[in-house]
Amino acid sequence: MSIQVKFFASLKETLNIDDHDIKSAATVGEVWDITTNNTERPNNVLVAINLEYAQFESTVKDGDEVAFFPPVTGG
Amino acid sequence: MAAYILEQSFNPWESISEHQKSTTLDNQFGATATFIGTMRDFNDNVAVSAMILEHYPAMTQYYLEKLIDEATCKWNLLDILIIHRVGNIKPSDPIMLIACWSAHRRASLDACSWLIEELKHRAPFWKKETRANGEYWVEKNTNGL
Repeated sequence: MSIQVKFFASLKETLNIDDHDIKSAATVGEVWDITTNNTERPNNVLVAINLEYAQFESTVKDGDEVAFFPPVTGG
Repeated sequence: MAAYILEQSFNPWESISEHQKSTTLDNQFGATATFIGTMRDFNDNVAVSAMILEHYPAMTQYYLEKLIDEATCKWNLLDILIIHRVGNIKPSDPIMLIACWSAHRRASLDACSWLIEELKHRAPFWKKETRANGEYWVEKNTNGL
């Protein structure tokens, strides 16, 4: 199993974390715990699986790309 | 229908004109509604001298195209053009262009307004401002009023 994990913007800086792959996880919440060493999750963190918004309870599967980021501020 | 993410500055008026000439709108459109978002030199009553716009390239492109698809389902539109800057931006630089073409005014006006709000709340862009005392991530959108 391989899940590609990405972080963006202030969240990436605050956690001082690089993008990487993990070998095993059942849910987005588990992906967060594994990649951040169980860092407490800020309330406003958003997540996407394969470019679509998802929930922390969402399941993940082999080959997924999971991204964590703060509220968006474009436009 | 087109969505572009640009790392370099652009002239929105030229972009509208060029897009209009390059498509097959012919003489069908009776209305063109446009919105151009420009960088201010202040935010929250604090001076801002520059900004970096970060994005999630694949998801951002996907969402801009998704918004175009949704808008064309909701309104009877002839064409849509979205352009959004990323990278280093200075005050007065255009950040975003949304242009909608339709036969009658209501569709293009409503679609343009809807696209602005949906883009700001769904497309993954993040602003980092340069102020006199350092760099700060913008934490939320203004309410638009």
